[in-house]
Amino acid sequence: MATPVRVSMTVNGEQHSAEVEPRLLLVHFLRDRLGLTGTHVGCDTSNCGACTLHLDGDAVKSCTVLAVQADGSDVTTIEGIGSEGDLHPMQEAFWEHHGLQCGYCTPGMIMAGADIIAKNANPSEEEVREGLAGNLCRCTGYHNIVKAVMSAAKEGARA
Amino acid sequence: MTAVEQPATQKWVGQGLRRKEDPRMITGRGRYVDDMTLPGMLYMAVVRSPEAHAKIVSIDTAGALALQGVHAVIVGEDLELASGVPMAWVPPGVEVKTPEHWPLAKGEVKYVGQGVAVVVGDDKYAVVDAAEQVLVEYDPLPVVVDPEKALAAGSPLVHEEFGTNLTHEWSIGGGDMDAAWSEADVVVERRIVNHRTAGAPIEPRVCIADYRAGQLDLHLTSQNPHLIRLFMAGELGMSEDSIRVIAPDVGGGFGVKISHYPEEILATWASKATGRPVKWTETRSEHMSSTIHGRDQIDYVKVGAKRDGTITGLECTAIADLGAFYTLLTPFIPCFTGFVISGCYKIPNLNFVAKGVFTNKMATDATRGAGRPEATHLIEVMIEQLAHELEMDPLELRRKNFIAKEDFPAEVAIGIVYDSGDYHGSLDKLLTHVDLDAFRREQAELRERGVYRGIGFSTWMEICGLAPSRAVGPTGVGLQAGFFESSLVRVHATGSATVYSGTAPHGQGLDTSFAQIVADRLGITPDQVDVMHGDTGTGPWGLGTYGSRSLAVGGESIARSTAKVVEKAKQIAAHQLEAAPEDIELADGKFAVKGSPEKGLTLAEIAGAAYVTMDMPEGMEPGLEETTFYDPENFVFPFGAHACIVDVDAETGKIDIVRYVCVDDCGPAINPKLIDGQIHGGITHAIGQVLYERVHYDDDGQLVTGTFVDYALPSAADVPSFETDRTETPSPVNSLGVKGVGEAGTIAASPAILNSVIDALRPLGVEFLNMPLSPQHVWSQIQLAAGRDVPADPGKQGGSWDEHGSGSAGSGPTSPSEGGGL
Repeated sequence: MATPVRVSMTVNGEQHSAEVEPRLLLVHFLRDRLGLTGTHVGCDTSNCGACTLHLDGDAVKSCTVLAVQADGSDVTTIEGIGSEGDLHPMQEAFWEHHGLQCGYCTPGMIMAGADIIAKNANPSEEEVREGLAGNLCRCTGYHNIVKAVMSAAKEGARA
Repeated sequence: MTAVEQPATQKWVGQGLRRKEDPRMITGRGRYVDDMTLPGMLYMAVVRSPEAHAKIVSIDTAGALALQGVHAVIVGEDLELASGVPMAWVPPGVEVKTPEHWPLAKGEVKYVGQGVAVVVGDDKYAVVDAAEQVLVEYDPLPVVVDPEKALAAGSPLVHEEFGTNLTHEWSIGGGDMDAAWSEADVVVERRIVNHRTAGAPIEPRVCIADYRAGQLDLHLTSQNPHLIRLFMAGELGMSEDSIRVIAPDVGGGFGVKISHYPEEILATWASKATGRPVKWTETRSEHMSSTIHGRDQIDYVKVGAKRDGTITGLECTAIADLGAFYTLLTPFIPCFTGFVISGCYKIPNLNFVAKGVFTNKMATDATRGAGRPEATHLIEVMIEQLAHELEMDPLELRRKNFIAKEDFPAEVAIGIVYDSGDYHGSLDKLLTHVDLDAFRREQAELRERGVYRGIGFSTWMEICGLAPSRAVGPTGVGLQAGFFESSLVRVHATGSATVYSGTAPHGQGLDTSFAQIVADRLGITPDQVDVMHGDTGTGPWGLGTYGSRSLAVGGESIARSTAKVVEKAKQIAAHQLEAAPEDIELADGKFAVKGSPEKGLTLAEIAGAAYVTMDMPEGMEPGLEETTFYDPENFVFPFGAHACIVDVDAETGKIDIVRYVCVDDCGPAINPKLIDGQIHGGITHAIGQVLYERVHYDDDGQLVTGTFVDYALPSAADVPSFETDRTETPSPVNSLGVKGVGEAGTIAASPAILNSVIDALRPLGVEFLNMPLSPQHVWSQIQLAAGRDVPADPGKQGGSWDEHGSGSAGSGPTSPSEGGGL
């Protein structure tokens, strides 16, 4: 094993510091070391997007980021974007519009959707579909996911 | 009709409630198997064969064992099991050649990805490193990947001991095929390829085996934990009561999590050997090579009709590529194609023959639709091919042959009785959404401008609600199990309820739809009903979730248990209100004497009495819970009508779906939101198969599509929004009137898409196509139709994809033996 490296990062507003193997993936750091299991792994090749989270304000696929690359960064996961009592509008919209079935791709979808509307407050359906193209869902056929993202954008515009 | 009392009013059933499951999942608090870590847990990695067929000369484990943190390396010869990976079909009167299937190869490997050894250690990265240090020497053997070549004389044999690659032949039919052809004015034949696909749930398979002092807890991504427990007990020589299998939140299944896989046996063996819990998490590449595939059927189809469109007969010989070994249902899956070979039509003469074939590939088994997508595809593609041959409107041809609404229940020529249907009704409703005359005008205008737009239809039906035992069990088609479903409805002392179901949902939303059913019947709210499933340690034995069975069988079981609870509640209410039980009714949440609702008792008051045991009828047992094992009298038969409109770029072969419209019927809706969701996902699964997805082995048996980089699931950018509508024709089979919907979209959609592309390209001379419709394939077919040469299609390598039948209507070979796949 290569010499461990110390990494520090802010995750969901809390500061964390740990010794890690240089090859440790960010997603495994979050899941196995911090117990934040909401971020999932689906494909290992950054095609499915189940591991999507926000790294310094951008949606990224954490199965293709090393923990050491996130050193000094600000990370937000599905656990940090909203809570049971205070849902993020994107979480609320996924619930309302039946944007999930098995729920496995859902955290990544919600993080990708939140990133889309953070950068484009009024996206067209085509822009939403293109924006979600890096996140795969096998259950929903995307119909209700797209509806949820469009609806959350509208809610955001009203707020 | 069954006699289960219906609730007087339906407050919750029929509503598109948002799901009870969702709050934990949208906040990242779902609990999937890979999210769990047990104290002292070790990790397992599997060493897999890179060879499609080879003798194992030696396995050197010393290098791996020498690495720090490695606790064990296990090879095939280390395992002492009473039996191997199970296959559950023993058809009466049919011999199925069944090879031994051990969790790890012994002496020989027969497909790429077959397990050869496992490594168990402290760290999940380190066990992968260690697995690379297990040195296996192979002596390659001849490989066969094409199922038609595998049937030819002189083919390499996958299992030398059988002397053939033909696994079995199974047939179903009715009527007289000689009459079918002699009465026909027109006969159309095609070779229809339904290529190999992957189920590909986004959650891979995962297990954690925790063997402690003779007791095993197995956390597993499973669609049927009860069956897994039974199999594990047999293999390990354990008593069933000492095994608990738990499927917590499961991230999609699509059939591939029905089977019992080697890894759960190996993790258990490793846990027993090391005295520690052992976790195995499948990589996506392992999923592509070593989790079951679906479809892979080549259908030689022949249909005959009179000049007026009356169909006289249909015959199909299916060459089913089963791979090298069987999983739970492998050789049985093509039977499902046979069960619905009549489609929506009155066809007097039918014959379906399935020929199973061994090849050096992963096993095929049930994936979403399991045999019925193949049937719908071949029937609905043939209907439109036949219509063209008859110069008849394809919808007119369908209408002429539809089984009429008033003829249900309808027995078709193969002897299966369809429960209910209104095929004209769903097609008529579809056409209220699709203005066909306007479409044809628009299509003609677009063609003038070089835009090739087409429309295709699929009027589909299927057989689901697996059950009934008498039909599919040992004395029926020969599956070695009963196919009932269990439920336990427990009302607590405070009037809320917990429902235990033998189903094992993994995205279907049954926590919500089951709660809606129970809430109406008990006069409480869905919030007061918790649904438990997927755990053999709680509730009675159950058969799991697959075959679109959970609502029609599991839901009905729950309705029946709830009816029994209501019966007892009425007796308690009658006793307290000094009335006769038959005079008690449940209205507005109260059990009251008919006509005197003001003096009624709530469920909480009745349950309180039942648990505190005061003011109960003399001799009545305390408590308020009931169990049902429900085995239906028949399957259920959903149906519908789908239309797809596409634009094909004739320069590139690229296909864009412009509109997708469908009208489906799964009986009365429990939760319409969930139905729509199932349909959307089902259609998208079929779009994937038609346009993008194909599990592809090369001629050496190497898997070319081993990751999601190479195996393209459709994304949001690849599919349209869907226009869905419903009709509601109740099934007489169960008291809810419901039919399944989980597989419907997938069963329905592929022929609608394929037919639409053919319709678009007819002006260019393309009259028939096989899936998958990659741009290159479509472009090549356009060139061939124009008489131009094209470069060799890389898709042809290593499999019988599209060597025949494309390009012109007359090019289909007439029999499998003539087809040859060469």
